[in-house]
Amino acid sequence: MLNADHIRKDFPILSRQVNGKPLVYFDNAATSQTPQQVIDVIVDYYSNYNANIHRGVHTLSQEATDKYEAARNTIQKHFNAKHNYEIILTAGTTESINLVAQGFTSLLKEGDEIIVSALEHHSNIVPWQMLCERTGAVLKVIPMNLEGELIMEAYNALLSDRTKLVFVNHISNALGTINPIEYIIEKAHAVGAAVLIDGAQSCPHIKPDVQALDVDFYVASAHKMCGPTGVGLLYGKEEWLNKLPPYQGGGEMIDQVSFEKTTYAGLPHKFEAGTPNICGGIAFGAAVDYMNAIGFEAIATYENELLAYGTQRLLEIEGLKIYGTSANKTSVISFNLEGIHPYDVGTLLDKMGIAVRTGHHCTQPIMDFFKIPGTVRASFSFYNTKAEIDALVEGVKKAKMMLS
Amino acid sequence: MQTIKEIQEEIIDEFSMFEDWEERYQYMIDLGKDLPLIDEQYKTEDHIIKGCQSKVWVHAELQDDKIAFTADSDAIITKGIIAILIRVFSNQQPSEIIEANTDFIDEIGLKEHLSPTRANGLVSMIKQLKMYAIAYQTQLK
Repeated sequence: MLNADHIRKDFPILSRQVNGKPLVYFDNAATSQTPQQVIDVIVDYYSNYNANIHRGVHTLSQEATDKYEAARNTIQKHFNAKHNYEIILTAGTTESINLVAQGFTSLLKEGDEIIVSALEHHSNIVPWQMLCERTGAVLKVIPMNLEGELIMEAYNALLSDRTKLVFVNHISNALGTINPIEYIIEKAHAVGAAVLIDGAQSCPHIKPDVQALDVDFYVASAHKMCGPTGVGLLYGKEEWLNKLPPYQGGGEMIDQVSFEKTTYAGLPHKFEAGTPNICGGIAFGAAVDYMNAIGFEAIATYENELLAYGTQRLLEIEGLKIYGTSANKTSVISFNLEGIHPYDVGTLLDKMGIAVRTGHHCTQPIMDFFKIPGTVRASFSFYNTKAEIDALVEGVKKAKMMLS
Repeated sequence: MQTIKEIQEEIIDEFSMFEDWEERYQYMIDLGKDLPLIDEQYKTEDHIIKGCQSKVWVHAELQDDKIAFTADSDAIITKGIIAILIRVFSNQQPSEIIEANTDFIDEIGLKEHLSPTRANGLVSMIKQLKMYAIAYQTQLK
């Protein structure tokens, strides 16, 4: 059983005050907080072995390289990738997606189709639109129902031998819906299409097994799973990573260079041009270790409890409507008060020390679907408590009173 | 006719009576409710101020040598902020509006809304009001 009161001591930021009130941090779906164990790794790196990797013969460079590659192995084990060179360390989910989208330019032709879902973040829509502009491929969208769930009948109808790539997030950032990716992957493979899954929102809550999923590409960001910003991963099956051309030219990604011809380095370095975020990569590994030490089963059980409690308590407030009501969702509650703009609620909650996200969450198509300007989104992590949810409920009640 | 500076002093006086953020924000919310609304015909894309998480429409009209502003927003706190700005800038000459500083916002405890990255775009609002003033000043010359 997870003890949140005990775990909170690992996170120095959770004891600070905001606007004179104890911080209640419910913007975890945007970025998670960092435990001391990960902060220590960052400090240790810059204090003791900061050096460029993969090229120095000196001790510091060797130590940094060893730690960086050890982090890659940790991440490989966590996601159960077959080989460590199938783990590409990137600047984050957005870069990982762009890397794949760029790579597919040479693999697509006019009339080919890419399927995305109606639940996507803007960063998951735009790279594919750009890819379609470059190649003449066509973008198709899996619609959703009023619960915020993707409609699988419609997905099946979209699939054909023209489908070359299917792209879906594992969990929606705006609504928290867990998408049936096993089914989506299986159906896509049946028509010969590759599948890329965005795990930015799932990795803080569940431990995906990329081999069991048989997914072709899986992407995530460290900063949503207790790691630092500016680092993330692209998992790709070896065969797919070999098919994609290099994304950027630079150091690390080359084998031999002359002005006539350059040969590229093998995986994973082919996709890791230039000096990487060394400290970030090492800290990413430490964050994965930290979360595994707590245990993803314990995390899921506890967060589901918070979700059930938060949903029940918030619904006690008259005129409060929750968006995203799938039975299969993670600890995200997107809501509005009747007749009140989410921005007003968020502004007043901030005055009470409660951090939530307001707005369209970079998912304008979802907001258009529900015909709302945005929502207030409270997203819970394993270090949050029921007492904090009580503070949120009181805060929302107070905001409602002030704004009505 | 009060000058911009005098109106700002008056607002600072009013806000100095409030003891905490709740009173301050309740007052802004009430101001928002009383905001002189923009004519529906001006609530178009052209009149939207970019950089706001809530929608803000502003319209300016020259009346003699002074500018009259009307506005609206779909968020009430934003409306309150606009109401304060309109009270300061409306019915003033373009040159006065262009030259006015907005330090009073800091003094009434709304400094947090002045950050250029703040999603409510108070900064964009002020910029837009001043842009109108610059445009009308050119017309007047």
